[in-house]
Amino acid sequence: MLDLLRFGSDGWGDEIANGAVMTLMVAISAYLIGIVVGSGAAAAKLSGPAPLRWLAALYTTVVRGVPALLVIWLLFFGGSGLVTWVAGLFGYGGRVDLSAFAVGVAAVGIVSGAYATEVIRGAVRAVPKGQLEAARALGMGRLLILRRILIPQALRYALPGLGNVWQMTLKDTTLVSVVSLAELMRQAYLGMQSTRQPFLFYLTAAILYMIMTTCSEALFRALSRRAERGVRRAVAN
Amino acid sequence: MNIDMILSSLPALLSGAWVTVQLVVLSLGLGFVLALAVAFGRLSSNRFVAGVTGVYVFLFRSTPLLVQIFLIYYGLGQFVGIRESFLWPILREAYWCAIIALTLNTAAYTGEILRGGIQAVPFGQIEAARALGMSRLLLYRRIVLPQALRTILPAYGNEMIQMVQATSLASAITLVELTGAARTIASRSFQPVEMFIIAGAIYLAMNFVIAQGVRWAEGRAAAGT
Repeated sequence: MLDLLRFGSDGWGDEIANGAVMTLMVAISAYLIGIVVGSGAAAAKLSGPAPLRWLAALYTTVVRGVPALLVIWLLFFGGSGLVTWVAGLFGYGGRVDLSAFAVGVAAVGIVSGAYATEVIRGAVRAVPKGQLEAARALGMGRLLILRRILIPQALRYALPGLGNVWQMTLKDTTLVSVVSLAELMRQAYLGMQSTRQPFLFYLTAAILYMIMTTCSEALFRALSRRAERGVRRAVAN
Repeated sequence: MNIDMILSSLPALLSGAWVTVQLVVLSLGLGFVLALAVAFGRLSSNRFVAGVTGVYVFLFRSTPLLVQIFLIYYGLGQFVGIRESFLWPILREAYWCAIIALTLNTAAYTGEILRGGIQAVPFGQIEAARALGMSRLLLYRRIVLPQALRTILPAYGNEMIQMVQATSLASAITLVELTGAARTIASRSFQPVEMFIIAGAIYLAMNFVIAQGVRWAEGRAAAGT
């Protein structure tokens, strides 16, 4: 039974491996979009003008309240129309079609960003105000304060939360298989269809996801240990 | 926006929403009972019990829910032994497979939340209860669980809202719940976007009800202190 997973033309090993690589590509792209969108929305919530603040609040409330699958379907059916309309505003007359990859990354990224917003907002607020005042008193510019004082500390507070957002984003990529993007779940489905061995293929997928989540958890733990290397603790751990 | 088309699709969306509610209520209810067993298992001094429940929690939290659903719905049917067993009438149905997967999944997460809540009860209180001669059962019923449940309310509220969203994955195994209903109508109509917006609004309304319920429960729990 296991020789079905052989690499090469007579086995599914390389298809599954390619699927796993695609899963990681979708997850990483969506996560990066999520961090960027989340930073923007957190900035808007913390110190933006009222309309931006409302917009950011609407974004996080709605996106965290509806299933990620619904966001994927919305973009799958409505995304091309939206992009075509925006392109029309810039004078482009033709129709723009979005690839399954674009739809998947955008949808998972939007969801990831909504959760990242709350993590980043909390982390920025955890940086003591006195430090920002002290930096300003020393005559530091806004960008310098951001780069030297705010971001290094906020990042440390945000790391555990961002680790959770990553785990969620990685798991959400499975949903992109509904729009036929050839990621791990989709490849397992194709393998199951042609061999009639569903248990084997989904178990393989499950083990691969388990490896990905476990490795990334270890990575985030190492990162936060490194970020906290200068912090004194009452109890050594 | 075409009002007629939206009105004519409402019955289908609402019957989908009803399936979603069934999935949420059944899997949260069954999941909570299982979660209690998981939490006590994890805290057990018996290393075998603690190990088995630990592995269970790890397996279900480290893999995506969609894989779990597919493994149960498609995967188990591969084995002749299961197809010929008395369980087959249940495992053949997408509905029950979805409920089994959702229950097992939420029990792993809720079990960890509960464990945290139980561990947060000050040990002095347990010692005091023991000193008063309370039996284990009475100790848990009167001292540990009431306080643990109060501590976990906010976290469990989040888990409930996550479960409402998780039920959407049942549409991947042919079940026509809210997301599935919206998708079915969307692929037939010329106004797909509106369907997803209405479905999204129904999900938000469900979350609102849960959030209000949790707030009410928190108020009641706080009144008792």
